[in-house]
Amino acid sequence: MPDGAVPILDVTDLKTVFKTRGGEVHAVNSVSFDLAPGELLGVVGESGSGKSVTMMSLIGLLPSPPAEIRAGSVMFEGRDILKMTADELRDIRGSRIGFVFQDPMTSLNPVFSVGFQIMEPLRKHMGLSKKQAKARAVELLELVGIPDPEPRLADYPHQFSGGMRQRVMIAIALACDPKVLIADEPTTALDVTIQAQILELVRELRHKLGMAIIWITHDLGVIAGIADRVMVMYGGQIVEQAPVRELFSNPRHPYTRALLETLPSVTGQRTEKLMTIEGQPPSLSAQPTSCPFKARCSKAMDICGTQNPSIFRLSGSHDVACFWDATTGKARDAG
Amino acid sequence: MLDKGTTPILKVQNLKMYFPIYKGIMRRHVGNVMAVDDISFEINPGETLGLVGESGCGKSSAGRAILRLYDITGGSIQLEGIEISTMKGDALRRLRPEMQMIFQDPQASLNPRMTVGAIIAEPLNEHKNLTKAETQARVNELMDAVGLSRDFTKRFPHEFSGGQRQRIGIARALALNPKFIVCDEPIAALDVSIQAQVVNLLEELQERLGLTYLFISHDLSMVRHIADRVAVMYLGKIVELAGRDQLYDSPQHPYTQALLSAVPEPDPSVESTRQRILLEGDVPSPANPPKGCNFSTRCPRVMDICKIDVPEFKQLTDGRYVACHLME
Repeated sequence: MPDGAVPILDVTDLKTVFKTRGGEVHAVNSVSFDLAPGELLGVVGESGSGKSVTMMSLIGLLPSPPAEIRAGSVMFEGRDILKMTADELRDIRGSRIGFVFQDPMTSLNPVFSVGFQIMEPLRKHMGLSKKQAKARAVELLELVGIPDPEPRLADYPHQFSGGMRQRVMIAIALACDPKVLIADEPTTALDVTIQAQILELVRELRHKLGMAIIWITHDLGVIAGIADRVMVMYGGQIVEQAPVRELFSNPRHPYTRALLETLPSVTGQRTEKLMTIEGQPPSLSAQPTSCPFKARCSKAMDICGTQNPSIFRLSGSHDVACFWDATTGKARDAG
Repeated sequence: MLDKGTTPILKVQNLKMYFPIYKGIMRRHVGNVMAVDDISFEINPGETLGLVGESGCGKSSAGRAILRLYDITGGSIQLEGIEISTMKGDALRRLRPEMQMIFQDPQASLNPRMTVGAIIAEPLNEHKNLTKAETQARVNELMDAVGLSRDFTKRFPHEFSGGQRQRIGIARALALNPKFIVCDEPIAALDVSIQAQVVNLLEELQERLGLTYLFISHDLSMVRHIADRVAVMYLGKIVELAGRDQLYDSPQHPYTQALLSAVPEPDPSVESTRQRILLEGDVPSPANPPKGCNFSTRCPRVMDICKIDVPEFKQLTDGRYVACHLME
């Protein structure tokens, strides 16, 4: 985040644990980050890296049990979301903080018309009359680029295509003018040409509406085109975070570096053999006492096995959790 | 497209795969979903042909039709010169070892109640007369080939990660020494760091065993890596077929151009300057394709003729095939 700006969302030391029959799963381990007003923060990581669970935790969307938020605070508009009652949370969700999920088919209710689902938050959160809500719903569908919106309000989700459904989801998320929009893999289920349409829409809308966005994805290409700042997660922790150009041109964590090297591209140089990251992501059954990436890391040193690296602040608003220093190629001065 | 002299291992001509639509209590036949509508191509031995397109374009149906997992509607499929499009029953069964498939979802394509050893041995038991010891030896050999430890033969699929499960699927496909393998989105369900492992394995096996792949995928950057030639499908038809570098460096069909420009690049400086061709709207239904060119409803360079005549899929001077009126 640019220094000096007051963050709209400030997450400190968040820990989320799932209690399962097989023991505890430490899905999120001491995650801290903030979000500036109007900023688009990209969150990347593989499945199981904790990126979705982090965001679900901070708006209280995880069912408990099995989930349990062990520690941390999430400051939003001067209040800690984690300490709110269920009613207070409900007031915030869908009005001050909106969200869009990956699969637009399962997140829309198939037995209600699309119009009803867009008007629901408007009437609940903003207390609009039926007529006002309808006018606003038409406006919203127009905003997200659905042609001929008025008659389509009566249609049901199955009458929309995948891309159109995701537009409806975005319209619902935007209904009450949220300050923060959390988008969890919103384009993953879509085809590339439809994804390009949605990305274009989001670029346009964020400037028009001035909201901050957290964009979760596993696709570094999407992040490169849309984010202001990127946070890379691995094994339930943030391993690196930096402004987007800085991260792509100057990655410091061995995981980020490897991830960027494994990616083939459609325009750049074609590689004969793809680089790989050998091995598997870590199991999260215990609180990590060493670096979670150690087993797969080409730069692993002795210290990585005995200590979990904390965040090192580098120049250029660049944070990295690694004992290895990419500039010198040696162990970092712990002091 | 071919050097004279090489005989293609697979030759597909005017392949059609229609799925009938029945309606009403009389189950009247009211129409067809034209999943694959008149496609032709050849694959040379040892080559990888990438088949790309968006969901619903018919690429998976094409792959399954070629392996004769369906009774096809029309056209011809020749595997090593043998016409297999009309084969039935026993004759087809005897042909199965020659052509195999690797599926997208290793979770769904492996029987959860069978051990890994039994899964890999199944095609051997089905098609070959091997003793128990011979089967076991072959299973071990296959596990080595795909990089799984032999100690895992007694384990069940759920004990493996996604990437390892895909390796099991690959071992099963290789069991009968096939010549031709259809890979249907083999990496779509995997994480990026695991995708590269599986793709490298497929390439290594191809080199070692002289395999021929039809690699079906929606991931254009991965296809650029693995394929020698690439066919682009849209709504049941191949719109462009060209050598890999030709296709990615100078796409000719407006759909290929739009598709390539829509793939996000993992590089912020490239992304900020890239010219995107944004397509309007959605893909029409394959049950009711538009008149004329299938792409005419979304094409940024549509002409009057495109709405009347179906463009012919023909070879240009530089060897590539394009189906577009702009090329006339």
